[in-house]
Amino acid sequence: MAASATLGLPAPGKRAGVPAWVWALPPVALLGLVFLYPLALVVRQSFRPGTGGTSVQPYADVFASEAFREALWTTVWLAAGSTAGCLVLGFVLALVIAFVPFPGARAVSRFIDVFLSFPSFLITLALLFIYGSAGMANGLWTDVTGAAEGPFRFLTTPWGVLLAEITYFTPFVMRPLLAAFSQVDTAQIEAASSLGARAPRIVRQVVLPEALPALAAGGSLVLVLCLNEFGIVLFTGAKGVTTLPMLVYGKAILESDYPGACVVAVVNVLISVGLYGLYRVVSRRAGA
Amino acid sequence: MWAVFLVLFLPLFALPLLVVLGASFATHWSGVLPSGFTTAHYQAATRGEALRALTTSLVTAVTASLLALTAGTWAALAAAALRKRHRKVMDALFVLPVAVPSVVVGLAILVAFSQPPFLLNGTRWIVITAHAVLVTAFAHQSVSAALARLDPAYEQAAASLGASPAHVLWRVKLPLLLPSLTAAAGLCFALSMGELSATMMLYPPDWTPLPVLVHAATDRGALFTGSAVAVVLMAATLLVLLAVSRVRTRASYR
Repeated sequence: MAASATLGLPAPGKRAGVPAWVWALPPVALLGLVFLYPLALVVRQSFRPGTGGTSVQPYADVFASEAFREALWTTVWLAAGSTAGCLVLGFVLALVIAFVPFPGARAVSRFIDVFLSFPSFLITLALLFIYGSAGMANGLWTDVTGAAEGPFRFLTTPWGVLLAEITYFTPFVMRPLLAAFSQVDTAQIEAASSLGARAPRIVRQVVLPEALPALAAGGSLVLVLCLNEFGIVLFTGAKGVTTLPMLVYGKAILESDYPGACVVAVVNVLISVGLYGLYRVVSRRAGA
Repeated sequence: MWAVFLVLFLPLFALPLLVVLGASFATHWSGVLPSGFTTAHYQAATRGEALRALTTSLVTAVTASLLALTAGTWAALAAAALRKRHRKVMDALFVLPVAVPSVVVGLAILVAFSQPPFLLNGTRWIVITAHAVLVTAFAHQSVSAALARLDPAYEQAAASLGASPAHVLWRVKLPLLLPSLTAAAGLCFALSMGELSATMMLYPPDWTPLPVLVHAATDRGALFTGSAVAVVLMAATLLVLLAVSRVRTRASYR
């Protein structure tokens, strides 16, 4: 801006008669109408119990209910568990793709892009065929042992959701990691190995410190996405697994309890937006 | 290392897609492999209700992507001309829909557009609006990232030669942004095609997108028909992404 001023060039946005902020108004107004105004209505509705008036009664009701506390706990531990799993698995896979030379590396990163463009519920659908009551794994078991039933029946438990979430969200961790690994100086690794360091030690002392910002950024993104995940849980079809988004859906669509649904929605938004703010701060520091 | 990679990567990521593809051609699956080869599920998945769902999904995704691209690009261009503090506020506003759960976006739009002055409930526009809100954040993010990388010398040169701001925008900036715009279009389209959470909250009976149909099929136990519909969904998404990436290669050669 300073250079263009000294050269006598018009600064962008200053030349036309309208100031720059006027151009920003239409999109902001549109976002306000279709996103901020609806969210404000959700908050308002959460203070309006079905009996009329304005009170914190819906909050008291929801917080007191066993279903809500269980859903909150399930959501948090599933998201934390999935994130931990994604970080470990994503780190190992990205390490191999980045540092072990093999011919298919480009194809693999292409495949990751394609994988990310598919909806999450496909994973649950596939798991039904792999670990379902009459699926691949159980079929293999009954064929080999001659038993009437296979041992795999975890799909309708939280463990099935955990497996599906780890499968679907691991690529979200791999992407920033691969970007970070491409900046690691190979001379550093060669120096370490010529000084006698073995592979685990190189990973721990050379690669891991470089990857920490990317791990933090990818991990917090996955944490938010897992907290908000709906398709995987819905397709699992398990009555025993209820997360906060499922509770919002159940209360609003199945029970028509809109104040209750809005209370759960407000809680869910507060958790997710808080964590997402953290993610933005961390990822800006990581430069990702 | 190699073996570890294959053991982890293939079963985890390639197998799910192959399994859905295999199941879509099978009549039952009680052993290791599916059995009873048939194309009947595809006959069901490409006519009647399923065909309507496919066009519904395509129309929704294309409309929502175009709306999101327009709004996102406009917002990114307008934000780039603002002062740093205001720009940060605007960027934060436009990424917010990523952080808010899609189910909540669906609930919010359902609450807001079921009451006057905006009555959209029961029409296709409520679904399209929700999809547009959900994908605008991604369009905005990728266009503002591209704008930040853009060399300001081009527009300064054009402006110093007397081109009007509108001319600079239309003939210099937008053509330079075209590759990222098409990339953003592909991303928005794919996300909208697979959107399920907000759609489940909002869809009217005569506007049922493919993911809802896949859920309806698996929910009533018709897993194989559901798989065939899911394969149609994946194929349609991939075809459009392929077409978009061809446009992008041509755009970046210009």
